[in-house]
Amino acid sequence: MTTTTPVMAPVPVDERRLTRAERRAVAARTKFSSPAASVIALLIAVLWTVPTLGLLITSFRPELDIRRSGWWSVFTDPTFTLDNYNEVLYGGGTNFASLFVNSLVITLPAVVIPITLALLAAYAFAWIDFPGRNILFVAVFALQVVPIQVTLIPLLTLYVDTGLAGSFWTIWLSHSIFALPLAVFLLHNFMKEIPASLVEAARMDGAGHVKIFFQVLLPLLTPAIAAFSVFQFLWVWNDLLVALTFAGGAPDVVPLTVRVAELAGTRGSDWYLLAAGAFVSIVLPLVVFLSLQRYFVRGLLAGSVKG
Amino acid sequence: MQWFLEASTTGHKIALMVVAILLFAAVMGAILFAVDRPRRVPNWLVAAGFLGPTLLLLLVGLVYPALDTIRGSFYSKNGSEFVGLDNYATVFSEQSFQRVLLNTLLWVVLVPLVTTGLGLVYAYLVDRTRFEALAKALVFLPMAISMVGAGVIWKFVYEYRPDQPGVNQIGLLNQLLVLVGIEPQQFLLNWPSNTFYLIVVMIWIQAGFAMTVLSAAIKAIPDDIVEAARLDGVGGVAMFRYVTVPSIRPALVVVLTTVAIVTLKVFDIVRTMTGGQFGTSVVANEFYTQAFRQFNVGLGAALAVLLFVLVIPIIAYNVRQLRLAEEIR
Repeated sequence: MTTTTPVMAPVPVDERRLTRAERRAVAARTKFSSPAASVIALLIAVLWTVPTLGLLITSFRPELDIRRSGWWSVFTDPTFTLDNYNEVLYGGGTNFASLFVNSLVITLPAVVIPITLALLAAYAFAWIDFPGRNILFVAVFALQVVPIQVTLIPLLTLYVDTGLAGSFWTIWLSHSIFALPLAVFLLHNFMKEIPASLVEAARMDGAGHVKIFFQVLLPLLTPAIAAFSVFQFLWVWNDLLVALTFAGGAPDVVPLTVRVAELAGTRGSDWYLLAAGAFVSIVLPLVVFLSLQRYFVRGLLAGSVKG
Repeated sequence: MQWFLEASTTGHKIALMVVAILLFAAVMGAILFAVDRPRRVPNWLVAAGFLGPTLLLLLVGLVYPALDTIRGSFYSKNGSEFVGLDNYATVFSEQSFQRVLLNTLLWVVLVPLVTTGLGLVYAYLVDRTRFEALAKALVFLPMAISMVGAGVIWKFVYEYRPDQPGVNQIGLLNQLLVLVGIEPQQFLLNWPSNTFYLIVVMIWIQAGFAMTVLSAAIKAIPDDIVEAARLDGVGGVAMFRYVTVPSIRPALVVVLTTVAIVTLKVFDIVRTMTGGQFGTSVVANEFYTQAFRQFNVGLGAALAVLLFVLVIPIIAYNVRQLRLAEEIR
């Protein structure tokens, strides 16, 4: 489409009666009718799905089959087994069932703690008047710039000195700290959207800040809390760097990601273990993500477009 | 005390988790209870109760470590001797590190551009079509997958089997090569092409983010603008080029910079797929290797500081663009 002569096309009377959404849909259909456009969209969709599908199928194939032929041969010769999952979950060398527990034990407090702290801090920045408020807020906001790599060496030293190294506490603490700047900023945005009149009215009734926070703001913030929870859940569950640094040597603490990465390095050709192991580590975030996608998207848009 | 630090059974771990959450709730509850005396307590004290724990954590866990790392980057391997700028000189002059810097540059330039481009085109193409929800979900899904998981998924795509009779390729990409009559390749072995194959994985993960944000921006374009353009006979590619793209410029900048920052810190993909071998290392991976595998703390600190310094101009650009966008409004 290079040039089109600008025609003053008379608008058909009918079109005026269409709703806004319908008119856009009509436009979309004409746009999509171009075969090249459909092919591109389809190609992208396939490229984004097939790699995952391939590994998923592989994880259900017998070990020998995996070594002898590609996963696409299941379409002609379908043989499936759960042995790989059995081995990876309960086998002595892998024991992913216990790592799954580790991931869960790491993730829950690392979601609850920073969100609670950030909610309280965001409340203070939004609704309590105190000297130095703006400067402090900008300072917390600016801390988002700090890459976590910059903090790891001194933090590890700190944990070793206090005797916490290699325990869940170090990971809970670290994730909570790293989440705070973004969490405070995002939740502050949401909190500012709540009409001041609501807060004022509660204050007139003699409610203190604690009461206002719990009874007026918290119920209204549920969607924002859900959004950030999904965000933080995915971040912590999928994290490798923090877990590797602070729990790398403690088998009772390491989460799934650390072991999957390790397997990929040391047993990179054992695809039956690697494929099943990868899916054990992927399945929970996928479920959470798919069921709470709405909140996630909301959080994403609030974080990036407004920021 | 030991009970709190070492949990080896599932029951113990879960109990410890519950205790940790309860402990946290108790501490926060006590703090809030202490400041909850309406009209008798000055505002700043209430604020301190609400803000104190957060500020304390940020000071101890972010500000102090960052300053300490900057200091450490001027010290020797084990931090005993002041060496000035030697660590930085090593990073910029030694050939192996120069390659790390070059790789990082490739990542930071390519990933944001390609990701944003793909996300934009895809968001535009599927916008308001019948299968929009499904089409978006497919591209969005990799966002839920960890970079480690994605690394494994793509390692399998790139898997190589020697080209001999009776040996089947099990990696998809090599199978496709064989089908069209090209010899199978060891994709992850040769620099610089292996870096490009790793970059593909990052693009695969991030495209969903770009698509979501840009799709929301496209939907927010006022109807009358689109309508007016259409009445003027603008359509297809021209509409995309002259109406869609300029209208969502602020969102494009946000996506580009956000992806650039995430890419700069990318570690998991390189670690999982090559471990930084075969000349694929990037600054974030090299930081980990130097600080925690080679125990060269000074050099590791210098690499971390470098990462920090590289992030700043991207964010400065982002803030500037947002200011400009607000002024226009």
